[in-house]
Amino acid sequence: MSIILDHVNYIYDEDTAMAHAALTDVNIKIEDGEFIGLIGHTGSGKSTLIQHMNGLVKPSSGTVYFNGKDISDPEFDRKALRAKVGLVFQYPEHQLFETDCFKDVCFGPKNLGLSQKETELRAYEALKQVGFDDEYFYQSPFDLSGGQKRRVAIAGVLAMKPEILILDEPTAGLDPKGREEILNLIKKLHDEVGITIILVSHSMDDVADYVDRIIVMNKGKVAFDDVPKEVFRHRQELESIGLAAPQVTYVMQELKASGFDVDIDVTTLDEAKNEILRVFSK
Amino acid sequence: MLRDITLGQYYRTESVIHKLDPRVKIVGTFVFLVAIFIVNNVLGYVVAGLFLAMNIKLSNVPVKFIFRGMKSIFFLLMISVVFNLFLTPGEPIFTVWKIKITDEGLKIAIKMAIRLVFLITGSSLMTLTTTPNNLTDGLESLLNPLKLVHVPVHEISMMMSIALRFIPILLEETDKIMKAQMARCADFESGSLINRAKNMVPLLVPLFISAFRRAMDLAMAMEARCYRGGEGRTKMKPLVYCSRDRVAYAVLVLFLIICIVVGRLKF
Ligand SMILES: Nc1ncnc2c1ncn2[C@@H]1O[C@H](COP(=O)(O)OP(=O)(O)OP(=O)(O)O)[C@@H](O)[C@H]1O
Ligand SMILES: [Mg+2]
Repeated sequence: MSIILDHVNYIYDEDTAMAHAALTDVNIKIEDGEFIGLIGHTGSGKSTLIQHMNGLVKPSSGTVYFNGKDISDPEFDRKALRAKVGLVFQYPEHQLFETDCFKDVCFGPKNLGLSQKETELRAYEALKQVGFDDEYFYQSPFDLSGGQKRRVAIAGVLAMKPEILILDEPTAGLDPKGREEILNLIKKLHDEVGITIILVSHSMDDVADYVDRIIVMNKGKVAFDDVPKEVFRHRQELESIGLAAPQVTYVMQELKASGFDVDIDVTTLDEAKNEILRVFSK
Repeated sequence: MLRDITLGQYYRTESVIHKLDPRVKIVGTFVFLVAIFIVNNVLGYVVAGLFLAMNIKLSNVPVKFIFRGMKSIFFLLMISVVFNLFLTPGEPIFTVWKIKITDEGLKIAIKMAIRLVFLITGSSLMTLTTTPNNLTDGLESLLNPLKLVHVPVHEISMMMSIALRFIPILLEETDKIMKAQMARCADFESGSLINRAKNMVPLLVPLFISAFRRAMDLAMAMEARCYRGGEGRTKMKPLVYCSRDRVAYAVLVLFLIICIVVGRLKF
């Protein structure tokens, strides 16, 4: 399973006075089993980009390929594509509508034309995968807390058994604990179920601990596309486009500047701890 | 897709028409509407057409943009033309089987089409060049005399401006919800009529919930800032006529007189 974006451009409100480019010459290839962080300042085109990947938005020019097939082709089965490339939007309020959570999660698989039994089986499995408590299954989704709503929204997409799961700012508006829970849950889905994950965020600290590739967007263009450690080397450039490297890299760079012989390439808290302990125990 | 509707939309640009006092524009639109029903001959329509063309030119709104909004009403226009064309009794000039087109029918149909196009273009020009806020301010000020007979003018115009403000927000929200459900393979386009109506539920429930939530938030925010209706309320930017507006009124009076005179000519 691979997604390729080839010279993709996108212009909102084309042919009107309000026309403005949201994506400019984007070239990305996404392989099986990757865990990708998509980072960018607000308005940099992240949400627009991911909507190209499941065919919700058609590029103004350029091509999007899924498994080597052009998804703008009239022959292409877009419904099947949306089941394989699951997209969870930023606000769960935009998708929850049923009288209880279980029924809501059934919506996706039902649209795929599965039998009632298979639908319910998948809904149950998906709700379990996101760690949703049985006692809330038959509660109205509107009475849940923000974190729980988000779980139901993720389950609603997971129930279609996607091979690629894209999450648009899944941690927005959550407290630190809720944030960590959701991120750990996503990591579990990647490691245990083997789903390819694309995680959209504007916080480096959120993704640094989890992802193995970072794509940085700036004003509709891909600014960096590399492993985290390489991306974080460009501290100044990141700051100039309204982002920052994770806080630990700043600590390490300060330590290095003060004369300690630490490795400044560490990106996660655990690595930093070990590195500092190593240097100090010498 | 929902953004194609230009009727009632504001087009942001710089022009004399944009700068006019909203009251002038409301009165002007009204005068124009009266005028196209006064005039009844070719010369009259030419005068009205020229007046409209002059205003469009002055407004700097691209002609293409104005007529894109007409597409949605084209169907309505065709119905009225067809009905007038075939159903007016009189001297037939053209007969195929039972369908006959009469001289009178043809005249009325053409007249009707011209009037409708003028009417829609004229009123869209007003909304295209006036922000919703200005429009309601103007309306409130024009309707002010009605306060004497206890019509809640301020409240009505406040409700209007809130409603107008909410239209683009709700359109945007609809777009987002639609996408979120389409990502779960929802189908809004195919199926029988009943099925299609049923398929709207996943769109309408989140939309209504969000509209109610927004309305409640807005009410709370207004209350927190001590909003208490129109009594004793002043404006930050009160409407004041300037010389530009007086000139515009003079042009309007002139236009109306010409239309009345031309309307009386016989040919
Ligand atoms: N429906 C729309 N119509 C017109 N312009 C839009 C629309 N959606 C987004 N844009 C514009 O496109 C650009 C990119 O928007 P996008 O939503 O992709 O950014 P983003 O990176 O997801 O931002 P955020 O972090 O705020 O979610 C922005 O300049 C935005 O104003
Ligand atoms: Mg976004």
